[in-house]
Amino acid sequence: MLSKKQARAFFLGGTLVTFLIFIGLTVYSLSKSQDQAHSENITEQVVRGKMLWESNNCMGCHTILGEGAYYAPELTKVVERRGEGYVKSVLMSPVPWAPHGRKMVAYGFSEDEAKDLIAFFKWIGNIDLNGFDRVVSPLAKEK
Amino acid sequence: MKYKSQKVAYWFFALSMLLLVLQLTYGFIMGFARIGMDGLHEFIPFNTARAVHTNLLVVWLLSGFMGAAYYIIPEESQNELVSVKLAYTQLITLAIVGVAAIVGYHLNYWEGRKFLEIPRPLDFLVVVNVLTFLGLILLTLFKGKRKTTTALVLSMGLLFAALLYLPGMITFDSQVYDSFFRWWVVHLWVEGVWELIMGGILSFLLIKLTGVDREVIEKWLYVIVGLTFLSGILGTGHHYYYIGVNKIWLIVGGIFSSLEPLAFLGMALFAVNMYRKGEKKHPNTLALYWTLGSAIMSFVGAGLLGFAHTIPQTNIYTHGTLVTAMHGHLAFWGAYAMIVLAIISYSLPNLTGRKLFNSTSGRLAFWLSNIGILGMTVAFGVAGVVQVYLERKMKMDFMEVQNEIQIHFVVLIICATLFTIGILYYVADFIKHGTPTDEALETRNN
Repeated sequence: MLSKKQARAFFLGGTLVTFLIFIGLTVYSLSKSQDQAHSENITEQVVRGKMLWESNNCMGCHTILGEGAYYAPELTKVVERRGEGYVKSVLMSPVPWAPHGRKMVAYGFSEDEAKDLIAFFKWIGNIDLNGFDRVVSPLAKEK
Repeated sequence: MKYKSQKVAYWFFALSMLLLVLQLTYGFIMGFARIGMDGLHEFIPFNTARAVHTNLLVVWLLSGFMGAAYYIIPEESQNELVSVKLAYTQLITLAIVGVAAIVGYHLNYWEGRKFLEIPRPLDFLVVVNVLTFLGLILLTLFKGKRKTTTALVLSMGLLFAALLYLPGMITFDSQVYDSFFRWWVVHLWVEGVWELIMGGILSFLLIKLTGVDREVIEKWLYVIVGLTFLSGILGTGHHYYYIGVNKIWLIVGGIFSSLEPLAFLGMALFAVNMYRKGEKKHPNTLALYWTLGSAIMSFVGAGLLGFAHTIPQTNIYTHGTLVTAMHGHLAFWGAYAMIVLAIISYSLPNLTGRKLFNSTSGRLAFWLSNIGILGMTVAFGVAGVVQVYLERKMKMDFMEVQNEIQIHFVVLIICATLFTIGILYYVADFIKHGTPTDEALETRNN
């Protein structure tokens, strides 16, 4: 029968081993050779777009890379799906955009801000998502 | 209660109750918005309501965990808290940081990262607050007469929870990296170290309520938290399937997160078996209801429903849909909300001296809230499956699908009302107990 000492060794040993493997896999999957996100394309404009994305908590309604609040559409392939003009109109709208009656906050972004966000969406749209990009966006092109 | 300083716990529990009621209010705002009744949009848009709803959940649970620690650690270590004044200061600052964050969310002041919306300056205050709490708990523990496994596991959980907050404070230019390390906080909290906290509280309650030998309970506690980490750490991989990192996570995450239900199954079997084995019939049956209920519901919500969409082949369709909300609601309820309500139910009569065991309102609170949340889970589940099918299989537009599934949110609101009535009964019982008093001090025989 298992003793308390053996149970403790199982807890400490198992935790240590899996934690070390986890760190190893993290280092491996974030290494340059394994980059699937085309990190070299992250320009200052993309970073500004990401900051706007965060400071307005867009993830509080939308999803991106499948993460968010499921209240508004997934934006991973939004530029490819809707086109730049449409996305820009939504972002710059002075009144709440409300397709099918569900309202978006009227952010009224400036043209430059809208361009920054679009650059961010374009960078997101080119990430290799291990096949999810085909499922998540009905109109995204088959790869 | 056995130690005067345990009274601090009551006020942390009171803060939990207040924030829980507020959390439910914001849940209703979101529910109504989903069926087109969004009259508050201008003042409380959906993203504000959601940030408040989820952050209040985290804060009321943390406040509950802290209260549990302030109650359990003195009793386990047989020592008064090292500083009651500091503990009250910590409570007040926790409440201030929480309120400031929530007000900020209404003024578009946040970080916009799911679950970690608290703006950076407030993050630092959280760190100071948690360090104060940890200092108090650890000093009390190490100055105490004994160091039990239950107290050590609980403290270890709280310490790791604090350490794991830090990766969430690193700034990245890449959304992929940002997401990757955000899960170090969120996943390793809820599917890792919080389970240590849950295990510690569960073990304390089982020792008190069943009378089973401490050595037996604590041995199995080690096995269960061992299983939790064995599966949960590498199980983080299920968040990495489709966010733009290496495919290796599909294999690692798939295998290890499939093992995650084992820890919850272990927890449920452990609690039920200890109850059966126990010869002691503790009069506080309500605390026993919540304790066993937590172990069982966490297996259903976190274990089974998590397993339902953790395999990469399924997750490719369910990732980013309401299926996640289905799992999330029952998992948080079973594993964390119920264990906090269990420790409150156990400690409240001891703190206040009012032995209001087995009240009808207490039983109604238990059954209504549990039936309500099960109904909510089904409503989210059906909405989620329909969403997956229409949006991802039939390729329908997002908003067209949302209109199709609106009816399930009507069902959700009805079940949420039932749930809320249950919670209000619980809060009313909490208030009925009154405040803690020195007259409730028991004679110590240790």
